[in-house]
Amino acid sequence: MNALHIKKGATSHSAYNLRPTYGDAVEQHTLAVLVDNEAGVLARVIGLFSGRGYNIESLTVAEVDHTGKRSRITIVTRGTPLVIEQIKAQLGRIIPVHQVNDLTVEGPSVERELALIKVSGGGDKRVEALRLADIFRAKVVDSTLESFVFELTGAPDKIDAFAELMRPLGLSEIARTGVAALSRGES
Amino acid sequence: MARQMTGAKMIVQALKDQGVDTIFGYPGGAVLPIYDEIFLQNDIRHVLVRHEQAALHAAEGYARSTGKPGVALVTSGPGATNAVTGLTDALLDSIPLVVLSGQVPTFMIGTDGFQEADTVGITRPCTKHNWLVKETDDLPRLLHQAFHVATSGRPGPVLLDIPKDVQFATGTYIAPPKKTEYRYQPQLKGDLEEITEVIAALETAKRPVFYTGGGVINSGPAASQLLRELVEATGAPITSTLMGLGAYPASGDKWLGMLGMHGLYEANMAMHDCDLMICVGARFDDRITGRTDAFSPKSKKVHIDIDPSSINKVIHVDYPIIGDVAHVLEDMLKVWKARGRKMDREGLAKWWQKIDGWKQVKCLTYKNSDKIIKPQYALERLEALTKGMDRYITTEVGQHQMWAAQFLHFEEPHRWMTSGGLGTMGYGFPASVGVQQAHPEALVINVAGEASWLMNMQEMGTAMQYRLPVKQFILNNERLGMVRQWQQLLHGERYSSSWSESLPDFVKLAEAFGAKGIQCSDPADLDDAIMEMINYDGPVIFDCLVEKHENCFPMIPSGKAHNEMLLGDASTEGAIQSDGAVLV
Ligand SMILES: Cc1ncc(C[n+]2csc(CCOP(=O)(O)OP(=O)(O)O)c2C)c(N)n1
Ligand SMILES: [Mg+2]
Repeated sequence: MNALHIKKGATSHSAYNLRPTYGDAVEQHTLAVLVDNEAGVLARVIGLFSGRGYNIESLTVAEVDHTGKRSRITIVTRGTPLVIEQIKAQLGRIIPVHQVNDLTVEGPSVERELALIKVSGGGDKRVEALRLADIFRAKVVDSTLESFVFELTGAPDKIDAFAELMRPLGLSEIARTGVAALSRGES
Repeated sequence: MARQMTGAKMIVQALKDQGVDTIFGYPGGAVLPIYDEIFLQNDIRHVLVRHEQAALHAAEGYARSTGKPGVALVTSGPGATNAVTGLTDALLDSIPLVVLSGQVPTFMIGTDGFQEADTVGITRPCTKHNWLVKETDDLPRLLHQAFHVATSGRPGPVLLDIPKDVQFATGTYIAPPKKTEYRYQPQLKGDLEEITEVIAALETAKRPVFYTGGGVINSGPAASQLLRELVEATGAPITSTLMGLGAYPASGDKWLGMLGMHGLYEANMAMHDCDLMICVGARFDDRITGRTDAFSPKSKKVHIDIDPSSINKVIHVDYPIIGDVAHVLEDMLKVWKARGRKMDREGLAKWWQKIDGWKQVKCLTYKNSDKIIKPQYALERLEALTKGMDRYITTEVGQHQMWAAQFLHFEEPHRWMTSGGLGTMGYGFPASVGVQQAHPEALVINVAGEASWLMNMQEMGTAMQYRLPVKQFILNNERLGMVRQWQQLLHGERYSSSWSESLPDFVKLAEAFGAKGIQCSDPADLDDAIMEMINYDGPVIFDCLVEKHENCFPMIPSGKAHNEMLLGDASTEGAIQSDGAVLV
């Protein structure tokens, strides 16, 4: 009763190769997620990313509306267009999530990050560090005879560039806030 | 109307106000105040299960057979952790459950107190939403919200974790607000422009097929009714997932049978060759699609789903429609009628000819025997002898489950309860308890495998205590049959741990609980034995000794396309390549 001829070794594909071949290029997107600031909401968002195998490049969160108890979570993530769409849809499913905005596709936006960078050392390196900090408009917020702490605000790649320059000059510690972002113009 | 009462009393009051008549649970230290309140009233019946996992599955059975949310009550720590499988099962099958768990008092949280577990942490990924209730005054609002979230949009399980001091303390009770007052309001109406485009595609389609799922049943009785109307009016064939059986009647002449890994040949071939696929409340699960890059290559695809995250998750679709199935189907019918009830009748007739050819393959044919009961035969007889009865079927997980889906026929929604997404062995028996509790007069049968059934066999106690005459129809092949089948096909017939050793004497086991046991091994005795089971007024364990090495066909092997289906033992040799073996 076998009406079919099964071709042996027909395929190397499997049902787990779930992504179609189109749109495979990985993109970086910045998502703004407005949530009720209730217990566990951040765990829900992070759990979604870890549970479904998505990437988090950067994540910032703080309450932005104290009376309405709303927090804004800014997530920078990477994935193929289909994965990015899934991430947005999955975020939208979380009950305390009010709104998900993809700042990367919804018109121009500004992205800023703040970093505190400690550079230790003396002599010429110390002078050079100060000179570069001036070019990058980094502020000195703490100084000792052997160290500076710089405060720098800017797009993440500006901070990357500054940190790279500081590395040979004695960069010893760095703290970054992660990206905060807003769309440009009227909302 | 605001009233002062304890948290424990609020819980019982809120359940009443939400129309709950039955809850399934198991007591413990952290829920004693709630049990006290249950003791003091008569409106809500509490069914004492024998294991918290069973409370959840029973609540699922109750929910799926009634369309109402199921409610379960468990204690903190081990009570809550035992509930995890049931929560996950309900999440994957989109079953509305409200689960209440006790918790150590708020001032002890974080101290590793006796029977403390981070229940909201543990259950966060396996609930639609959960809450730790820290104030008694929050309790009524969250209780009502729990019901709203569980039942709105894509249904699912929710959990409220309630510390003991919150249960004891007094607060202000509020009655349920109107549904419209909640912020959580999933979109019900589909986009009319998109729907019109779908109808335009349907009018000219030469090979359309409806592919329906559990979402039709979850949407309510109107959805099944509208689906039937649309299918009859357009004359297009229809298939369904395991979850959607009964939404369209199996006796309907447009019915192709179930699709998927163990679906019918004609259903899978129609999916593969169609030019327009209309997916209604299903989610392109891997049991359905097989090899995704070979899935229905020639079709335009419509996807109707209330959950936006289901769309384009696995398969790219051409017409996404976000909305409730009943709402969307209603609009589809309206638009189709308004545009003049057009279909490509000639194309359809040819399509049906092709389908009739596939039907001639008679893919469910099996070699019967007069010496040994074939599992397929047992189910054919069960179907014949219970046809037309007020009948509900639950199943466990394995070969018997797939055979039940193939050989039992469902005319209505809510009559078929099986663990689809999670594939939970041990689901069927407690689910049958929940179904019978909701439908005391009906014939409730759990089609089981001996191995699955043992996973929650303690529920015999519950069935006896509450006089729930559930019939446990065990297709006993003394094997973890589905595992054995895969080992035969994939692992060189090395049957590693897939035997059911040391099985109990099921007849004596039944008698030990005070129930009836029936054993049958001769096909000639089968009809009488089944009738004896049906006619017995009380729980029955039916030990049906069946062929031990029967395989379940048709089968789309892992990593294969729909048109590469195996139909019988002769075609299995070398069918699954080693790359398919990594799949489950
Ligand atoms: C809780 C759980 N553990 C393991 C499995 C894997 N599994 C799927 S089917 C099966 C065998 C089931 O045996 P039985 O209940 O006798 O049914 P049969 O296949 O023999 O009809 C197993 C072990 C599962 N689905 N669920
Ligand atoms: Mg078995």
